[in-house]
Amino acid sequence: MSFEPKIVGLLCNWCSYQGADLAGTSRVKYAPNVRIVRVMCSGRVEPTFVLKAFQSGADGVLVCGCHIGDCHYVDGNRKAARRIPLLKKMLTQLGIEEERVRLDWVSASEGGRFASIVNEMTEQVRKLGPFSRKDEGKNG
Amino acid sequence: MAKLKLALYWSASCGGCDVAVLDTNEKILDIANIADIVLWPIALDFKYHHVEAMSDKSIDVCLFNGAVRNSEQEKIAKLLRAKSKVMVAFGACACFGGIPALGNFTDRTEIFERAYIEAPSNDNSDKTLPMTLTQVAEGELELPEFFDTVLTLAQVVDVEYFLPGCPPPVDLILKVVDAMATGQLPPVGSVIASDKTLCDECDRIKEEKSISKIYRPHQIIPDDKKCFLEQGIICCGPATRGGCGLRCIKANMPCRGCFGPPAGIVDQGAKLVSAIASIYNADSEEEISRMVEEIVDPAGTFYRFGLADSLLKRKRLTP
Repeated sequence: MSFEPKIVGLLCNWCSYQGADLAGTSRVKYAPNVRIVRVMCSGRVEPTFVLKAFQSGADGVLVCGCHIGDCHYVDGNRKAARRIPLLKKMLTQLGIEEERVRLDWVSASEGGRFASIVNEMTEQVRKLGPFSRKDEGKNG
Repeated sequence: MAKLKLALYWSASCGGCDVAVLDTNEKILDIANIADIVLWPIALDFKYHHVEAMSDKSIDVCLFNGAVRNSEQEKIAKLLRAKSKVMVAFGACACFGGIPALGNFTDRTEIFERAYIEAPSNDNSDKTLPMTLTQVAEGELELPEFFDTVLTLAQVVDVEYFLPGCPPPVDLILKVVDAMATGQLPPVGSVIASDKTLCDECDRIKEEKSISKIYRPHQIIPDDKKCFLEQGIICCGPATRGGCGLRCIKANMPCRGCFGPPAGIVDQGAKLVSAIASIYNADSEEEISRMVEEIVDPAGTFYRFGLADSLLKRKRLTP
């Protein structure tokens, strides 16, 4: 059976979740691999959430927020824009490819953009293969 | 009242925790008054078979320091668990893996290669590596099996209390001794330290947190009154449990995180990523990549003591 990546999508309530909703109501066809979790702001996405997603079996994590300057809470997305690159550096040290995490901006009117981001990321993670780890016990 | 039976053990550790017990100075005599020590490899000549001969749950308290990284340590942890009523993870290594758990960034093969073959001081042209079983003329020799992954004590056996720190401070050790002596033990699972973060207890001057450059401790002489983070020095205080008595802070060194995450925090390293990135004054892509570059070793800095206890526990080993 071919590998279907499981991607956790953490989408901000004000722009990206609405953008994903628009993709749906506009009947845009896109990869069904993303499992969406609505959060109030991309600045609410703690790096812990991303680690927890991987620990729980996700193959990739997509974080989407409002475009810079458009944040409902003024600068939540600016915080996300700083946290995710630092988190990626740490994940690389832990043997996790940085392409498995993606931060992008999707406004409420960008249903098509959301669909293409999901398609792109799904293909990228498909290429990387499953996020499998040897048993983390004493010999793994 | 009959004297308590006390066992102290060290596994993957440096010995500093045992020294911390001696640092109780004359109070060590109080410990000797209320307790008979039945095992203490660093100080007294008891053997494993003495412990094996005891009946189950006959030791009142076991203070176990060090992480678990080989089969001997695992075996003794299980033995002491069976013989002890109360098991205390003593020190950062037993609680969270500690410094030995930095070995979780690598694995057994890489560690052996480095330690026994590559290290410049080695003379090992035969490339001899330690083996669990070795055949010699006289028979079979056995060494403990070295694990790929360093484990915390609680990942191997049930633990009643956690006493963090590298090493645990004397006042907290005495708190445990008092609790033992009076029988007033806290709820099982308690961490014997503060419930607040180190920042909460820190008395340095804290103003607006916004930094534009990260300094490593050797690059700057820190102001001894002002918050380290505000001076651009990475301090693990925001995501580290307090109760240590601010030992490092008072020595003008930033917190390195040896008390582990405070109550309610799952992953100390991830929280520190969040905290440090939030206060760095970077908006443009160049500024953000400068920040990422200036934090040279995020995983090693933020998980200095806590990698074994973190969500991912170790560097990913692919099957």
